[in-house]
Amino acid sequence: MTDLVVSGLSAVLLALGCLFMVSGAVGLLRFPDFYTRMHAAGVTDTLATFLIICALMLQAGWSLALFKLGLILLFIFFTSPAASHALAKAAQHSTLRLEPGSGPRAVPAEAVGGQETQPAEPALEADAANGDRA
Amino acid sequence: MRYSLALFVILAFIWLANSGHYTGLLLSFGLVSVFTVVAISQRMGLIDHESQPIHLAGGLPRYYWWLFTKIVRSNIDVVRHVWRGPSTISPVSAWVPARLHTDMGKVLYANSITLTPGTVAVDIDGEEILVHALTAEGLEDLRRGEMERQVRDLEE
Repeated sequence: MTDLVVSGLSAVLLALGCLFMVSGAVGLLRFPDFYTRMHAAGVTDTLATFLIICALMLQAGWSLALFKLGLILLFIFFTSPAASHALAKAAQHSTLRLEPGSGPRAVPAEAVGGQETQPAEPALEADAANGDRA
Repeated sequence: MRYSLALFVILAFIWLANSGHYTGLLLSFGLVSVFTVVAISQRMGLIDHESQPIHLAGGLPRYYWWLFTKIVRSNIDVVRHVWRGPSTISPVSAWVPARLHTDMGKVLYANSITLTPGTVAVDIDGEEILVHALTAEGLEDLRRGEMERQVRDLEE
């Protein structure tokens, strides 16, 4: 009886995890630019991984595999923000530099213009602003 | 001393959980390697309150639980935006205040921001964090400062 409950629960968690994984992937394809795509990838990093590993933990039962899965979860939760931050920081050093305070106006232009290259002037402004802070 | 001890316990746990061979010989190998790592870390000056934040351990479960509920909520929010399409998002970036006393608190705050889908900490400068958010509401939520307050509670 408990076996049935545990494997049923594990199946539900796996299905939910897959749903979130697919949603993250779809978001990665649908969202317009680098930073918004990073948010979509964040879904696969956190809740999707958590659900799938929880389901696997239920499958594993009381064994060494349970602790190993727990460690995997812990390390993913500790390292994925570092990886996301490294990506964002790398983008800051390239042409994708964020202009703090830039609102939604940046998006329609990009969504309509497609591969339009960044005009030189805003980049220079951002440089000056960052120079002040440094 | 207690920081070295904390590192020892953590390393021993990781070794035991990953090995699965509990014979005398292999256990002694494990003990030797754990001692070696602790000794090297000590010589490198890596062991202090920042690498082994055991003073935070008391408040961490409560904070992690709060962060977890926050992560679940924002995941559902982001997934909703994914399926509704890109027209429902309003990406913004802004400097958000991080009035925290310790570097540890700032790191924890920035990491929590990044771990929550929909907001990413891009840069940190003094008492401000540059945040990129998927929606204006997400940024507004951060501005209200509940997460900052939770981290500050943890620090004290």
